[in-house]
Amino acid sequence: MKITVDMEACLLHGQCVIAAPEIFSFDDDGGLVWVAAPDEGLRDDAEAAADACPEQAIVIA
Amino acid sequence: MARPRIVIVGASLAGLRCAEAVKAAMPDARVVLAGDEPHRPYNRPPLSKDAMEGLAKGQDAAQPVFDKLLLRSKLGADDIEMRLGCAATGLDEGRVILADGTRLKADWVVAATGLRPRRLPLKGAEGRRHVLRSFEDAQRLSPALRPGARLVVIGGGFIGCEIAATARKLGLQVAIVEPAPQPMLRALGTRVAAAMAALHRANGVRLYAGRSVSAFGPDHVVLDDGDRLEAEVIVEALGSLPNTGWLEGSGADLSDGVLTDGHMLAEGVPNLLAVGDIARFPNPLFDTVPRRIEHWCVPGQTAKRAAETIAALSAGRQPSVCFAPMPSFWSDQYGLRLQSFGAPALADSQTVIEGDLSQIGRAPILVEYARAGRPVAVTGIGAPPAMIARHSARLTKALSETVSA
Ligand SMILES: Cc1cc2nc3c(=O)[nH]c(=O)nc-3n(C[C@H](O)[C@H](O)[C@H](O)COP(=O)(O)OP(=O)(O)OC[C@H]3O[C@@H](n4cnc5c(N)ncnc54)[C@H](O)[C@@H]3O)c2cc1C
Ligand code: SF4
Repeated sequence: MKITVDMEACLLHGQCVIAAPEIFSFDDDGGLVWVAAPDEGLRDDAEAAADACPEQAIVIA
Repeated sequence: MARPRIVIVGASLAGLRCAEAVKAAMPDARVVLAGDEPHRPYNRPPLSKDAMEGLAKGQDAAQPVFDKLLLRSKLGADDIEMRLGCAATGLDEGRVILADGTRLKADWVVAATGLRPRRLPLKGAEGRRHVLRSFEDAQRLSPALRPGARLVVIGGGFIGCEIAATARKLGLQVAIVEPAPQPMLRALGTRVAAAMAALHRANGVRLYAGRSVSAFGPDHVVLDDGDRLEAEVIVEALGSLPNTGWLEGSGADLSDGVLTDGHMLAEGVPNLLAVGDIARFPNPLFDTVPRRIEHWCVPGQTAKRAAETIAALSAGRQPSVCFAPMPSFWSDQYGLRLQSFGAPALADSQTVIEGDLSQIGRAPILVEYARAGRPVAVTGIGAPPAMIARHSARLTKALSETVSA
């Protein structure tokens, strides 16, 4: 599974960080960081994060 | 068992997410998504924010603005049947009746018909009065949003305040008339609401709090104390009413939305569920009182829950007992992000735990809300997302302890 976040669309709502903390987090400067190729076992979490993103910025492939 | 047929009424966020969740849990299910709007499901929050700004630039902008609003979906074209541009008018013994006379037989019916704006019961100013819920509403409003025009927003809830902020950005002269002592008072509580009122004033909005509109004149609105506010454009943003007309007489409790249990099953009608803004459901994170919640996160949460209920009951299993979703909402005004987790409206006290409310818009603020001494919400105002995430994680932990206790 591959995850991309469209940083032009992302408005840092942080919903993904709550829905899938193993994939998404904020770094010390407050920027969004994510695991680009997480384990397949995290697919449900990744999809929950994509659904929870109000800007539809998360793309899972 | 034959392939179950699920008819979802209301083709917006809640309806679409429910269709996706049903197909994910029951790939053989036949799903019909019926909605009265002519469009595929689209996203509403930008309508009072950047989409409104985009549309005000002229009709050429309409298509690209709408394309950006369309909700992305995991469903392929053949996965479900969409019936757009056709309202449901009734529910009769497991059949959904559509305005064109079609009767859709269903094993399960999901109500996802959302809300419509409440209107003032007053005559006058017909061509200049607007509401904002749909893309068409936004399209009608946008040509009137010309720099220098005088706008009166009636109702200082989130949508009214966002419209006011966007209109200021577009160069309009803006007044807000709000019957309560502060805008957004019920949602945010006295101190935060007072700070938000100060933010609007600092951005040039005239705020008539504690006042209401008693009449519309040819070029003005008349307030209850006789004051007149000149207005070329008027927006009624007085809150919303649930679209439950099609369920009249079905046996469902429609006293405020559709009353459901924690499985999203409607009380009083077998095999009817409700999701999204229209559903009034209990949330054990807080107490046992069923409530409707008009936040963007709720359609997704309740849609998944409803699909899980349908899948379990169709397979002869009991759905899991606990449903305790964490509510959250955001609002963008003057480039400032307000973000809340939990239920600030239930609180009886507010404590500023970071920053200072008098510095609103200049420095990050974080407020914790409590009821009877227990935290029920945190709200960040211009606070860095990482700070809010830290506190919301703490809140989630505290609230889930109450559920399992
Ligand atoms: C301008 C605006 C700004 C917002 N901003 C924010 C924000 O910043 N943050 C936030 O958290 N939330 C925000 N919201 C709230 C959020 O958009 C809603 O919570 C969400 O749209 C609810 O989705 P829903 O599918 O339950 O209902 P709706 O989106 O209301 O959809 C219901 C659908 O059912 C259709 N329908 C109604 N009656 C019938 C019928 N009889 N037959 C068939 N179809 C029918 C309606 O036309 C509509 O398409 C905003 C809402 C608006 C309007
Ligand atoms: S939820 Fe969406 S907008 Fe928010 S931080 Fe995550 S990717 Fe960005």
